[in-house]
Amino acid sequence: MQPEEYQQLVLHNSPRRPLVKNAIMAFLTGGLFCLLGQVFLDIATIIERTEMEAAAVTLAAMILVGTILTGLGVYDEIAEIGGAGAAVPITGFANTVTSAAMEFRREGFLTGMGSKIFIIAGPVIVYGILSGFIVALTKALLTGLL
Amino acid sequence: MARLENRLGKQTVTFTSRPRIHCSYTIVGPSEGNGPHALEFQEILQDDMLHQKTPEQAERLMLEMAIEKALAAGQLKADDLHFFVAGDLLNQIITSTFAARSCGVPFLGVYGACSTFLEAMGLAGVLLQGGFATRVLVATASHYQTAERQFRYPLELNVQHTETNQHTVTGAAAAVISHEGDGPSLTHATFGTVVDWGMKNVFDMGSAMAPAAFNTIKQHLEDTGRNLEDYDLILTGDLGRQGSKMLRILLQKENYTGLDRLEDGGAQIYSHRQKIGAGGSGTACVAVMTLGYLLNKLKTGRIRRALVIATGALLSTVSAAQGESIPCIAHAISLEG
Amino acid sequence: MQYLIAFVTGGLICALAQIILDTTNLKAAHILVALVCLGALLNGVGLYEPFQKFAGAGALVPVLGFGSSITKGMLAEAERLGWEGLFTGAFEITGLGLAASVVFSSLTALLRQPKK
Repeated sequence: MQPEEYQQLVLHNSPRRPLVKNAIMAFLTGGLFCLLGQVFLDIATIIERTEMEAAAVTLAAMILVGTILTGLGVYDEIAEIGGAGAAVPITGFANTVTSAAMEFRREGFLTGMGSKIFIIAGPVIVYGILSGFIVALTKALLTGLL
Repeated sequence: MARLENRLGKQTVTFTSRPRIHCSYTIVGPSEGNGPHALEFQEILQDDMLHQKTPEQAERLMLEMAIEKALAAGQLKADDLHFFVAGDLLNQIITSTFAARSCGVPFLGVYGACSTFLEAMGLAGVLLQGGFATRVLVATASHYQTAERQFRYPLELNVQHTETNQHTVTGAAAAVISHEGDGPSLTHATFGTVVDWGMKNVFDMGSAMAPAAFNTIKQHLEDTGRNLEDYDLILTGDLGRQGSKMLRILLQKENYTGLDRLEDGGAQIYSHRQKIGAGGSGTACVAVMTLGYLLNKLKTGRIRRALVIATGALLSTVSAAQGESIPCIAHAISLEG
Repeated sequence: MQYLIAFVTGGLICALAQIILDTTNLKAAHILVALVCLGALLNGVGLYEPFQKFAGAGALVPVLGFGSSITKGMLAEAERLGWEGLFTGAFEITGLGLAASVVFSSLTALLRQPKK
């Protein structure tokens, strides 16, 4: 048998993912996190002076929720059911940071946790800044802001 | 002039002096202790951290415990041993090297991913057959947490596991191979070549390893002139449900019969209820299933002759990150009760 | 009503991500990076603001909102400070969350062990 033939064989004989069930659970999980976020956003909008501050506070609050759920050892179980519904909300970002912190603290606070705390979240931060920069620069130049 | 009376065919060596599994010991973690074969293992841990600060220390301690108790079972001391052959999944096989530190026996570290234990046992057979040793200690250990950390993700990370994912077995096993006693004997060992059929999905190791198991089984049967039916039981180490399925397909395509004797340690070590994907993996999987489940069957005469095939996926986190495929290997040992 | 919209919008974004995860070879990391970049882009072309007005937290909470917040901060600070602002603005909105994540994660690591 040739490798290509085997690869096709594996593709045809792999278990099917429950597409509909996963999509529904992701919808519900993600939706619930956003619902919670809306509660925070409404409170923050009343308390804070500007829209930007309200957004900042909401994001921070949701990050705290993610951290707490991770610390309690519950977030990974939510993810097992909710999949992308746990990964996509900003709580998922918090989970990547907290889980890494908890895991690598065993290698020491300095060289373990300190170096690896953003090991999973890194790409989101880096590409967030890079894409933000490219977009902002382009817009700023086009609108004569700079 | 090389004497080849110990070789058979392309990849098989014969152990006419009949080295035996003289004494052994198996330890498993809580999850495995909740599985269908719990009674086959000598010790089930309640706490997989064994009160240690890190899971790496726990894995090391498990290995040391298995060695100590295996020696005790055979009323042996470290001084009675000529070689200690061992390996594990951690970088630079630190579990084995650190355990060897307390052992004080000439140490031969080996690595074959999840096939390590059979590689070690096969080498022990070779050393004994060649008259290079009278007693060889072989052992391995693996731990769910250490494997997750090294190969995959932080434990609390949000990951949705798929059905082909495998779960590293937390456990340790040790055995002394020698010409003494009346334990089952090793009759043949077929050492595998590295087989790579271009599989890249690290979440389905079973399908990646099946071709290696297929190749080794095929070569073993050719070299020995046997059929699958000559064995009462053919135990693969940790192909898991998906890998076993692919192995059967490969065997059926070449018209092999006797597939009903095929069992897989990884697929059996956990029950369906435990929701553990395609099954167990890790170096301890084939080790505890061989020295527990299989050994019990041989000792009680329920089966007379068995073939164990351990498979390993020889990738690293770096090779996977660099987009390489997964080369695999499989070693087989024939045991007779 | 706003709660329902937030729930449905956020849920739909996650469901779409899930379908992509299940049908392609893309991993979660790829999708998250794609979403954060998309958020940045949507903010730049002016589509994100109306989207957030409509969906509220359903737009902000998915990592889409993180990307958009970076761009928004950069533009706001650029307007205020010129070139430097393009850089300092990155964390104008997201800084609170980022610093909080480090502080609270470290605290959690101090207090809790990962478990199986």
